[in-house]
Amino acid sequence: MLLSVQDIHKTYQTADGPFEVLRGVDLTLAAGETLALTGESGSGKSTLLHLIGGLDASDRGQIWLQGQDIAALDDNGRAALRRGTVGVVFQQFNLIPSLKVADNIAFQARLSEQYDPKWAAELADRMGLGPHLNKYPEQLSGGQQQRVAIARTLAPKPRLVLADEPTGNLDETTAATVMDLMLELVSEAGAGLLMVTHSAALAGRMSRRLHLRAGQVA
Amino acid sequence: MNVKALTLLCWLPMSALAQGFAGLGTQADGFSVPQPNPTFSFPADHGAHNDYRIEWWYLTANLESADGTPYGLQWTLFRSALAPEAGDGWTAPQLWMGHAAVTTSTDHYVSERLARGGIGQAGVKADPFDAWIDDWSLSGDWNTLRMTASGSEFAYDMDLTAQGPLIFHGAEGYSVKSAAGQASYYYSQPLFEIAGTLRLPEGDVAVTGNAWLDREWSSQPLADNQTGWDWFSLSFDDGDKLMGFRLQQTDGAHFTSATWIDADGTTTPFSDGALTAIPLATNDADVPIRWNVTLPSKGVDVTVSAINNDAWMATSVPYWEGPVTVTGTHTGVGYLEMTGYE
Amino acid sequence: MTKAALQALLSHWWRNPVQLFTLLAGLALATALWSGVQAVNAEARASYDAAAATLGEGQYDRLVRRDGQPMAQETYITLRRAGWLVSPVLQGRLDGVRIVGVEPLTAPAGIGPITPAQGADIGSFLTGQGQLFANAETAAQLPDLDVIIAAETALGAAITDIGVAQRLLGKVGQIDSLIVLPSQPLGRPDLAQIAPDLLVQPAQGGSDIARLTDSFHLNLTAFGLLSFAVGIFIVNGAIGLAFEQRRPVVRTMRALGLPLRRLIVLMAAELMIFALIAGIIGVALGYVIAALLLPDVAATLRGLYGADVSGTLQLRPSWWLSGLAIALGGTAIAASGALYQMTKMPLLAAAQPRALAMAAGQRAKTQGAIAAALLVVSAILMFTADGLIGGFALLATLLIGAALALPIILSGILAAMNRSARSVTAQWFWADTRQQLPGLSLALMALLLAMAANVGVSTMVSSFRVTFTDFLDQRLASEVYVRTSDAAQSAALLDYAASRADAILPIQSADTQVAGQPTEVFGARDHATYRDFWVFLQNAEGAWDTTFAGETVLINEQLSRRAGLVVGDTVTLQDSSFAVAGVYGDYGNPIGQVVMSEAIFTTLYPDISPQNFGVRMPPADVADFVADLEAQTGIPATQTVDQASIKAISLAIFERTFTVTTALNVLTLAVAGFAILMSLLTLASMRVPQLAPAWAMGMTRNQLGRLELLRAVMLALLTALVALPLGLALAWALLAVVNVAAFGWRLPMYLFPADYARLAVFALLAAGLAALWPARRLARTPPADLLKVFSNER
Repeated sequence: MLLSVQDIHKTYQTADGPFEVLRGVDLTLAAGETLALTGESGSGKSTLLHLIGGLDASDRGQIWLQGQDIAALDDNGRAALRRGTVGVVFQQFNLIPSLKVADNIAFQARLSEQYDPKWAAELADRMGLGPHLNKYPEQLSGGQQQRVAIARTLAPKPRLVLADEPTGNLDETTAATVMDLMLELVSEAGAGLLMVTHSAALAGRMSRRLHLRAGQVA
Repeated sequence: MNVKALTLLCWLPMSALAQGFAGLGTQADGFSVPQPNPTFSFPADHGAHNDYRIEWWYLTANLESADGTPYGLQWTLFRSALAPEAGDGWTAPQLWMGHAAVTTSTDHYVSERLARGGIGQAGVKADPFDAWIDDWSLSGDWNTLRMTASGSEFAYDMDLTAQGPLIFHGAEGYSVKSAAGQASYYYSQPLFEIAGTLRLPEGDVAVTGNAWLDREWSSQPLADNQTGWDWFSLSFDDGDKLMGFRLQQTDGAHFTSATWIDADGTTTPFSDGALTAIPLATNDADVPIRWNVTLPSKGVDVTVSAINNDAWMATSVPYWEGPVTVTGTHTGVGYLEMTGYE
Repeated sequence: MTKAALQALLSHWWRNPVQLFTLLAGLALATALWSGVQAVNAEARASYDAAAATLGEGQYDRLVRRDGQPMAQETYITLRRAGWLVSPVLQGRLDGVRIVGVEPLTAPAGIGPITPAQGADIGSFLTGQGQLFANAETAAQLPDLDVIIAAETALGAAITDIGVAQRLLGKVGQIDSLIVLPSQPLGRPDLAQIAPDLLVQPAQGGSDIARLTDSFHLNLTAFGLLSFAVGIFIVNGAIGLAFEQRRPVVRTMRALGLPLRRLIVLMAAELMIFALIAGIIGVALGYVIAALLLPDVAATLRGLYGADVSGTLQLRPSWWLSGLAIALGGTAIAASGALYQMTKMPLLAAAQPRALAMAAGQRAKTQGAIAAALLVVSAILMFTADGLIGGFALLATLLIGAALALPIILSGILAAMNRSARSVTAQWFWADTRQQLPGLSLALMALLLAMAANVGVSTMVSSFRVTFTDFLDQRLASEVYVRTSDAAQSAALLDYAASRADAILPIQSADTQVAGQPTEVFGARDHATYRDFWVFLQNAEGAWDTTFAGETVLINEQLSRRAGLVVGDTVTLQDSSFAVAGVYGDYGNPIGQVVMSEAIFTTLYPDISPQNFGVRMPPADVADFVADLEAQTGIPATQTVDQASIKAISLAIFERTFTVTTALNVLTLAVAGFAILMSLLTLASMRVPQLAPAWAMGMTRNQLGRLELLRAVMLALLTALVALPLGLALAWALLAVVNVAAFGWRLPMYLFPADYARLAVFALLAAGLAALWPARRLARTPPADLLKVFSNER
């Protein structure tokens, strides 16, 4: 099993007091499997994604990734996890504006010291970014920027790809193209994909679907 | 290195300080040179001979306090000329250096003074005799002299009374210093009765004893290959005296010379080889402080031992100078001077 | 990992070269001003040290004659022969060079810098052939003499044998002073027994000049620090902006797996590299500044204190290393806050735009309390401060307190304006300005300090100039001044001038000490010139009458203040006592002065004959008088100087004195302007979301741009209004406390409204220019960007 989440809990402190956003979630994901995570705003789906991606620490429960409990990792351990094993595609793209497209694509692979120029070039090519490699992110359209972000995520060949509304900022046609590419590449790599989405259409293209309601699996 | 250190070079007519006393053996450009068969004229010759490069008035004394404690005393005035003339004012080419010391068995007090000629700060007048530098002086009618000197830790005030005649070393005062013929004019008053007060850190001490005054001038006393000398003035208990020196050569050989002085003042000169002087022991600074001195033709075979091994004169031109005791075939006291041991 | 991260971090600067320039320029400017001033100070101090080493000044006791006159060479011999270990020194000027004659055989070791390697020929040195030692700069002034170059000799001094000095200076058989060697023989007699006319000047453990000029250097250092502080404001702003802009990137990099600690280390390293680059540029610039300032500083020190300072700069490792260190240290201080925030920044917090603002509430209160406390202390010091330390404490508390209070004052003014505003636009303008205040306050504080320093220093300088000019008019009353070189010339002059002049006033003086203060005593002839022109600060009835009658003396303000002497007190000169009848102002003179009647002077100092004369005559006759003087008496025209020339020379010296201050003033103001520019640029990026609503509600972008410009100018104006009273308080402190302690005189304070107005205009221009570019950028913000604010807000 690539990923196994068991009884995960997370509480945030808010102005109105503590708010328990995850109340004992369990899920599993095998390599090559794709899973859509749906739910209303505030249902805890983004938080769950962040916990799995090592961006935040849970209060209780276990997250087993390739046989390792990431909930037990410290700051540095989680950073290492983010560099190498997991790739996250953000809704806001989060590209580095001062780096050219080519360098953005290579960035995470370089951080994890798994940079393969051939693979990066192939990714850029298949993402249709070939003509844009020497441009800066601000010179690209939203769809192009998200393709750069996806290429960046896939460049270090992560075992698990997490995507948080990756097409939320894109129009429908562009979103569909980007989605096709991502699914194709993830599937080729045999990685797992966990995607948060509002879109029923997108969720329908995943192998499984998990709906969260008020911090629990519905 | 400043002006002061630099000026010391002129005491050594050659330029390098490192050569030390070896520098005394050089050219005599423009200066007069001692000639054999000298005729001395007194009191004029007690005064300065400005046409010679170097000259000294050199007094040493073996003293005792009332309780028998031995003391050594030194009063020396050197003259060094940059040019063979007296001159006047600041431009006078005569430089003066005074050394004074008092030696006890445990302490050795030294003071040095430097002065220019021509302005009255230092000089020597023959008649009436007056040799002075700053507040130090040696003056009188030669038969009786008064001698003063002071340093930061000592001072002394002495009265001297000459005993016996002047004696002349070498060939009637022409003292040969090397096989190559370097020479100086050299005479002595080997015996003064001396009495006075030593002012020392521990207090004033009244002392009496015997003093020996050397007069010597030249323009090139040492040969190029001579690096220093060991000089002995020994006063034996029976009244006889011995002056002897050994000049060190760069090849390790030595040139010796001696004058035997009978109690009545009769002198016998001895040329190279008659006197031997062999170091028996050295102090921590590798300066010999015990010697075997022999003069076989006078039956002398004595051990000369320093009263204070550390009588080092830490002056601009450093050397060892201090009182000694004599044991062996003859007993007595004396003074030892050693140069070229830096 | 490190390489990729560093590349990403650095790429920010390549994409934002203006920011990089700001950071480097701010830091380089700060370093330049600081290290430039330090270089000047170091050079001056090195010169003093060289002088002290060369001349043994202050290191040894000295014997001098009680009346300040040279002693006979015989005195030296007498002392030596009595057992006093002393060494003679003779000094004098030849072609503007201080000739110092020493006696090398008796001088203490370390006097004189000569080494054999420099080609010294001891025979030539000692036997009067005229060999001198001097550094290259000084040697060039003595082309006709045999000068050996010795680099470490004090500037402006040539060392030679005393015999040569006597000959060159025409003082054969004379000695100025005797150095007393530290080690003296036993049994030495008392000085009174052998040379009763000599007195011992004790060693002072440091050179006179160094202590005399301390206050001047303290001034320079204060300016340097002020500039550096302003520079650090800039650096702080630039770093703050860079961190603010890179906040999302930092978050992204961390999300992509860059560990926080590595990130902090990399950012710190990046800044240190920049600091090093800027430091090198700054030190180089500082060298240029110092090289430009040094001739003026040197002229100032020579004019004010008679201190010789080299006009050429040396590159000392200690100096450029400390310049780099302060650049790195300043950056570390400026960056530590931002880096600390970075460590506290949560990985996932929503990236809402956050003003540079200091969290208002508590922090503002603390700042206000500190400001109030400092201002209270400075108010107390205003009445109690005494001496240099107190004076500078007053300046420091006043300036820092006012700077800290500025944002609070401005905020209050803006709040009041907001309340009284009628139109909506005006209300929005005031409210918006107030909201921006925290981000701008550092720059405004810098502007406040720069302006206040400018007002304060220029008030002091101008007051000094006015007072000094009046003083010169009073004191330089004689139309012609003649210096004679010997008694024969004096007689010839008196003879010649008797028929052609209205009056001849001999000017004779002796150096002595009064109440432990080095003092010059002057003998004055009874003449209306004195009675009419001299202005007393304090005087008894008929002060001139009693003084010319030989009953009293007059003293200058310096002596009065330093020795605590007032009218009615008694001074003792040559064992005679005199009451003080008056205190007069005496500017531009570092030491004390006593004026007595000619008759008494002659009695007390019989060996001194006047060699300077003031000659009164109708101004129209001066030219003929001087021309005929040379023809008839042989006194060369070079020994006469007319009143107008002296005034011109004196004023020129004082103009140069303050060129330095003026230059530093301008530089500080420029740096403050730069700080405003930087702050506005920093704010500009955050302004779009704040301005977008105003735009959406119907204000045009041009209107918004104009308002931005107006805002900057208005804030500068308000700051200027605060700076003016602060600057005047500063001027008062300088004149009434610092000057009194440093120079011994208190100057009346004059106000120069035109200067202040001009300064305010400059400040507004600086602010306007600084705001112009950010405002234009704002006016050209594409509408799409403004729209994004609404579409893209989280």
